[in-house]
Amino acid sequence: MNHLYPGRTFGKATRDAYGEALRDLGRDHEEIVVLDADLAKSTKSATFGEAFPDRFFNVGIQEANLVGMAGGMASSGKVPFISSFAAFVILKGFDQLRMAVSYPKLNVKVIGSHGGISIGEDGASQQSVEDVALACALPDFVVCVPSDEHQMRAVVKAAFEHHGPVYIRSGRPKAPLVYDTTPEFAFGKAATLRDGSDLTIIANGLLVAAALIAAERLAEDGIEARVVDMACVKPLDEDAVRSAAEDTGAIVVAEEHLLHGGLGARVAQAVATSHPVPMEFVGLDDTYAESGDPAGLMEKYGLTWKEVDAAARRVLSRRTAGAAR
Amino acid sequence: MARSAVPAAAPDVAALRDRARIIRRHIVEMLHEAASGHPGGSLSAVEVVTALYFGGILRHDPENPEWPERDRFVLSKGHGVPVQYAALAMAGYFPVDELRTLRKIDSRLQGHPVLGTAPGIEASTGSLGQGLSIGLGMALAARLDDMDSRVFVLLGDGECQEGQVWEAAMAAGHHRPANLIAIVDYNKFQLDGAIEDIIGLEPLAAKWESMGWKTREIDGHDMQQVVDALEWSTQAGEPVCIIAHTVKGKGVSFMEGDNAYHGVAPSNEELPRALSELERGDPEEENARALGSADVLDRAEASIDASAESNGKGGGR
Ligand SMILES: Cc1ncc(C[n+]2csc(CCOP(=O)(O)OP(=O)(O)O)c2C)c(N)n1
Ligand SMILES: [Mg+2]
Repeated sequence: MNHLYPGRTFGKATRDAYGEALRDLGRDHEEIVVLDADLAKSTKSATFGEAFPDRFFNVGIQEANLVGMAGGMASSGKVPFISSFAAFVILKGFDQLRMAVSYPKLNVKVIGSHGGISIGEDGASQQSVEDVALACALPDFVVCVPSDEHQMRAVVKAAFEHHGPVYIRSGRPKAPLVYDTTPEFAFGKAATLRDGSDLTIIANGLLVAAALIAAERLAEDGIEARVVDMACVKPLDEDAVRSAAEDTGAIVVAEEHLLHGGLGARVAQAVATSHPVPMEFVGLDDTYAESGDPAGLMEKYGLTWKEVDAAARRVLSRRTAGAAR
Repeated sequence: MARSAVPAAAPDVAALRDRARIIRRHIVEMLHEAASGHPGGSLSAVEVVTALYFGGILRHDPENPEWPERDRFVLSKGHGVPVQYAALAMAGYFPVDELRTLRKIDSRLQGHPVLGTAPGIEASTGSLGQGLSIGLGMALAARLDDMDSRVFVLLGDGECQEGQVWEAAMAAGHHRPANLIAIVDYNKFQLDGAIEDIIGLEPLAAKWESMGWKTREIDGHDMQQVVDALEWSTQAGEPVCIIAHTVKGKGVSFMEGDNAYHGVAPSNEELPRALSELERGDPEEENARALGSADVLDRAEASIDASAESNGKGGGR
């Protein structure tokens, strides 16, 4: 995928950072238990499992049971981190997430790996394009989509320190680096990576690096874009959204997810109730993707810096047209 | 063999074995070309799929894939779809050349089966656990319409850990369609390792029987046993489950029993090695190899022991 991120250095996949961060936390915290559903080598929960086999349960290909067991462990004082592909743990475990985790407000951390379409060749059945919308629909859930390995480490730590249900999406491919080292991170707090006064690009996951590239290209044409990493989709940093609207007057939201119900929808809601400005969205438009190489899919389905750049120019022309009226 | 009932003449088992060998060649070539995919579980299902499509079992019409009275084959373990694509291409559903497009953008040959893409695919699968419910629905629909279509559903052994499989099994035991046949590809491994180490299935036949199914256990690489069991299944008059003991990666020596090849395609170096093992051999020798069923089962068990020791190498996804 390197050619989609010109000038960026790649780090590890966020799923690799997840496994390492979890193993490190496990050293100090006996109460952490880890459950997986026959994807431990892929989600990287196996990294914890190898270090702490007694606190690791591979429940087999049983996502509903996985979530239900986590509920029981949490109500018995354990802190379960559970994982599978995002498409399976969220979709096959949804009622269990609702009844055994969200409704009783239990302290379960859910990790959906292989999020989005950048998983590639396996195709639509394994790609998760709706997990963020569904996780956000669960009351009390914190929902995060980290952009790189460093931020993933910070998110895992925050998830452990927070008492309550958390959903974290991780990715399969190596991710372009956004941070040099583990950043400051708190739920409900966005990170401004670049300031600008003409518009704001709000993104998460792989689209953060794409947004930074788009901002550089826009700057070449004298357009200054603020770039905000909104890893935490819920609770949303409404202050950051409001000031983006007030300070820059135009917003683009970009994510590797369906347009409906994800980051874009949540930011739009916050903009509408605070300071309405023109907005544009980059995401999947009411469709599943397909099999293919990850980079080819990101291009075909419009999830690269080019679409972010184009959306920025569209939103600016809409604002100008509005101002002229 | 379109539109006719099971032929009076017994299927030519030697010819089926040769077909199986060619299907294996297509599988390794197609996965190498795709540089991703699941060789282990594709190769373990070759005899079953070959017998279904070419052994006079499945009544279908490649010229008319939507023929309403056809038998259905639902590949519930969708990651094994290369074996089905190879069979469909050889049966004439689409050109054999198209196999090279597997897993590429705009291809009809998706990485997991998608209904409405490649002709001959009967259900979208890939999220494990769902195919038997779909097959049950098809079987009951055929019964309602007074059609004698049969529905064959191929399940993975790891897949049988999913609760939905047993919901469907229980529902079929209640509704008792005479035209529903489940086949379990019992290759003893799932993604993270050996079934027995993760969530064991035994006693597997007893589980199906307790839900009202007739069962038969076979060596899933012995073509004669596979053909006989499938023929028997269509005459059983009630839901039938064939438990096919198989070897994951069967036919490619370095993949057999090495679960690293669950989800890793053959490399450039491995492809010629695999293909050379799949060349047409001395017919006598082939016969002996195919009949060595006890040996096959011994090796499956040995590989389980080995993986328990080494903890496996892991899937590529
Ligand atoms: C619901 C669901 N969970 C997890 C997966 C990921 N996955 C793909 S193949 C596989 C192992 C399947 O094992 P088995 O059914 O034994 O198939 P085989 O050994 O024939 O490859 C897993 C866990 C999936 N496809 N669907
Ligand atoms: Mg198996």
